[in-house]
Amino acid sequence: MDVQSGVMIVGEQRRGEVHPVTFELLARGRQLADKLGAELSCVVMGSVSASASASASGPGLGLGLGRSAREIIERGADVVYLVDDPALGWFLPRLYARALERLIRSEMPEIVIAAATTSGRTLMPIVAAKLGTGLTADCTELDIDTEERLLLQTRPAIGGNVMATIKTPQARPQMATVRPKSARPLPRDAGRVGRVIQVRLDEADCGAAECAATSFGARREHGLEAVLGSVRDTTQEVNVQDAEVIVTGGKGLKNKDNFRMIEELASLLGAAVGATRDVVDLGWISYPHQIGLSGKTVAPRVYIAVGVSGSVQHLAGMQTAETIIAVNKDKDAQIFKVADFGIVGDLFEVVPEMIEKIKNRPATGR
Amino acid sequence: MNIFVLMKQVPGTSNVKMDEKTGTMIRTEHENVINPLDENALEEALRIRRAAPGSAVTAISMGPPPAARALREALAMGADSAVLLCHRALAGSDTLATARALAGAIKHVAGGDIGAHDIVLCGERATDGETGQVGPMVAALLDVCVATYVRSIRLDGMGAAEGGDGGDAWPAVLVERVVEDGFEQVKLSLPCVITVVKDINQPGFPTLPGKIRARKAEVRMLSHEELGLDADAVGLSGSPTRVVRIFRPSFARNTALHVQDGSGAAVDGFIDLLADRGLV
Repeated sequence: MDVQSGVMIVGEQRRGEVHPVTFELLARGRQLADKLGAELSCVVMGSVSASASASASGPGLGLGLGRSAREIIERGADVVYLVDDPALGWFLPRLYARALERLIRSEMPEIVIAAATTSGRTLMPIVAAKLGTGLTADCTELDIDTEERLLLQTRPAIGGNVMATIKTPQARPQMATVRPKSARPLPRDAGRVGRVIQVRLDEADCGAAECAATSFGARREHGLEAVLGSVRDTTQEVNVQDAEVIVTGGKGLKNKDNFRMIEELASLLGAAVGATRDVVDLGWISYPHQIGLSGKTVAPRVYIAVGVSGSVQHLAGMQTAETIIAVNKDKDAQIFKVADFGIVGDLFEVVPEMIEKIKNRPATGR
Repeated sequence: MNIFVLMKQVPGTSNVKMDEKTGTMIRTEHENVINPLDENALEEALRIRRAAPGSAVTAISMGPPPAARALREALAMGADSAVLLCHRALAGSDTLATARALAGAIKHVAGGDIGAHDIVLCGERATDGETGQVGPMVAALLDVCVATYVRSIRLDGMGAAEGGDGGDAWPAVLVERVVEDGFEQVKLSLPCVITVVKDINQPGFPTLPGKIRARKAEVRMLSHEELGLDADAVGLSGSPTRVVRIFRPSFARNTALHVQDGSGAAVDGFIDLLADRGLV
């Protein structure tokens, strides 16, 4: 098989709306497709039943996913595959995997990319194993080796101490998941044109779909799965990934009480609070605040790192921030290598001075 | 009912050496420990065994002969038996080649194919590779359901003798998956693969009787040949991916460094920067 061509990204939807991580994938995908001189397609699986009547009149005119198809094209896609079925309203790994596997077998893309979310990290390994091809998890960089026409998949390795670049020389497609917030979406381009193709689950898929959509015990069949419910848990919710500004504290704060300084600085700036793995392991703050390879990847406008040494595992999670500010007493600390603005000094002197100066600023309409 | 626990040995230290030629980890030089989340998986397996009398817990690992030590620890913690996939041809496996070998081992131990009531458990990821791919890949190769990021498991639809609620429905588990904005309750039919998060339980410690038993117990060694797998399907040659480069990243930017010198200039510069971006 040497006819594979094109880059396919696997978009995500939540409750009928396209999730913004899809636009990040489009930015990645566009860059790769351009280097290959190939088409970029985007698959969105979900249930558009709520807006089915509207989208039936034509793509881009409907609500929900139909409307989003237009945005997907404006943000980089040449082709949008909408796989629409009531059973796809929830993430059901086997069903999603069957639908994606079938689409890959028929469209034969050379590259397939999804987000490293809880669903992407579940779906992609199933599909890769079914196709017998390679998959690289949690990539932070993707590029094309133009000579060999191969996808270069770069990810932090070995606890985040080093980076590894991985290739899939023979098997196809070349598959990877990429970390959310590790790329910026492209701006919308209203002039872009593309095709929207409606895809139905086929009979084989639907056997399971029917059961999943109806009550679970309705049919006794091997390999059934159903989402019975979903609970939004706001106690776990920490908005670091959507925050414009993040203030992160590291081990340099020495103890849990001192960490409150970070929270005060953050609250003055309307910022989210981040933490390094060490700080979370020490129990100074909960895991949802953790930024880095084993926590969250963030790309805020301003990132302020206080008492953070800058391990590769942490840098991998924040280095795409627009402006990085660091405070550390060690002028050789790794964090200064990625910083735009650094203050070398004792944070117990610097941070209180920051807090005081921000508080004492005349209120000039924020 | 078989409960399989997939256990990976991971380096106990963060200072790991790489084989520059193949880009794979040099494992033998390090003190290995059981991947912490796999201990949670084992603990959960022991809990399910208590709820479903007559079931047996089998710990499966892949690695060089010293890996048997980690499996002995699993036996001491309460596993009924342990299998080590061990052969030179298995070295250098990526996630797919690893999943093929593990799926093969599960089928082999289960007597040809995974049993109708069997459950496979493993950690949601390992602390070294952090890919989280092997669990779902094993499920795909066994052609069974999978639930990832699971924080609780309940048996469902089994007769009381099997630890279920005595209902007449067919065998399934009810799990809670941790997702980005909360959690999902999912029902999946057996057999299935479940990958667990840290919150699911508190792993126990080896007991003295367990240790005594573990010392006498046999860790069964299997090669790919005994699983009916070609050498080409496993190890480095069965791995579709290749590590082509290992490097220390440089994220360098043009840094303006200011020394905190008591003049207040450094923090003033910081405030100006924030003001410039409309933050103060």
